[in-house]
Amino acid sequence: MQKRQKILLLDDDQDILDLYREMLTALPSEPEVQIANSGARAIALLEAEPFHLLVSDLKMPKMDGLQLLTIVRKRFPTLRTVVMSALNDEQFKDRAYSMGIDQFLEKPRTAKEINYFCECIEGLLHKSSSDGFRGVQSKSLMDIIQLECLSQSSSVLKITSGPVEGKIWIQTGEVIDAAAGDATGEEAFRLIASWKGGNFELHQAEPGRARTIHTSYHALLLETAQAMDEAQKEPAAAPKDAAPASIAPDKAADPIDTKLYESSRIPGLAFLVAVDRNKPKAPATWGLENPEQIGEWVHSTSNTFRALGEKLQWGQVKSIEGRGLHGNLAMLLHQDTTLCAGWERSILWPQIREGMKKILARWIS
Amino acid sequence: MDFLKIFTRGKPAGPISLPSGTFTIDRTGRMVTSTVSNSFPEKVALEIGHAVLDTFRKAQAADVVLTEVIVNYAALKLTARELRGGAIVFLAPRSARDGA
Repeated sequence: MQKRQKILLLDDDQDILDLYREMLTALPSEPEVQIANSGARAIALLEAEPFHLLVSDLKMPKMDGLQLLTIVRKRFPTLRTVVMSALNDEQFKDRAYSMGIDQFLEKPRTAKEINYFCECIEGLLHKSSSDGFRGVQSKSLMDIIQLECLSQSSSVLKITSGPVEGKIWIQTGEVIDAAAGDATGEEAFRLIASWKGGNFELHQAEPGRARTIHTSYHALLLETAQAMDEAQKEPAAAPKDAAPASIAPDKAADPIDTKLYESSRIPGLAFLVAVDRNKPKAPATWGLENPEQIGEWVHSTSNTFRALGEKLQWGQVKSIEGRGLHGNLAMLLHQDTTLCAGWERSILWPQIREGMKKILARWIS
Repeated sequence: MDFLKIFTRGKPAGPISLPSGTFTIDRTGRMVTSTVSNSFPEKVALEIGHAVLDTFRKAQAADVVLTEVIVNYAALKLTARELRGGAIVFLAPRSARDGA
């Protein structure tokens, strides 16, 4: 005798739960339907016994459908999931599908829609649970952190964005430390959170890691989201008294120059230039008396060696280093931008290379 | 007319071997000495030499006095040292064990 399929229905509205239970128990496969009116209750039921299908509402108080899905995807990867919503919002739909759900259905309103809904659920119950993998696609870093914290995990999240790396330590659902370049703690967390893209790896927890972040993960994520929103609305301004001599006062508010200024605290740094390949006449500079001339030389040198490498099939230019009598300089080519930094002669090359990584990390943030 | 393709077809494409060795160019851009394999065209070596001389000169014009320039390509390391207005250029292919 074939075992009855089990469906878990989740909605904060009891009337809807009763109505859907009635509809779904009448399906040809006669599934067993259980109900939950909160995300926490749903997780408890899923942990207590195996289900074939989860049908969840999207908009719920406390833990919403998307939050629940992140936990479900991690803890019950083979569970089929259907999201129902009264909202026909493309953004929600995209986010839900990117979490690997099987179906996004609008809450049925007409008899025809109810039939269609029932057919979809019946079809999913007949699908084998082992046919293929479903996974997380193009998740934002904030979603990943939220997922780890909500599931009370302990892990080390290693994030790589181009040549730069950062780490976030999570201990029993709380962010306890972060490191990126020379930044640590909350500063590093904000720096990593501002990276536009990259890859992440989850490593085993380090239980002995000292806690430097005491703000709750909720507050951290909220602050980060607000900072990102503000950064999108208006360019960040450097403090007026902090503008270096080579930046004209009206240019000090330029976010590009602010980024260079942030790197200027690295010990041994003499000057900084950032040249956009497409706008070589307008380099962003710090600490230079002749920014146009240096900018032009940086542009010309990076273009010459880039073209040579392409022609002779030597691959991409990773870096250019210049040694001089009075100091050294290093260039990093990142997409269309060349970052060039002058260094005091006393600074050793391993320190210069490390410093360049930090400058790049701040630049791409 | 397909048989004509036999005569018009180019040489099969193969991996280009990376140059290894040293060459020196004088201040006028002429090749002085070279230990780079003969299979590496002198014209290309001169092109590299001119790029290097140009880099040193433009740096000097921008008040950056350089004595050595190292270009780290994915597959090769190019080191150029200033030599009384000319330059000595070292070409060293990278091995898998080399760092970035």
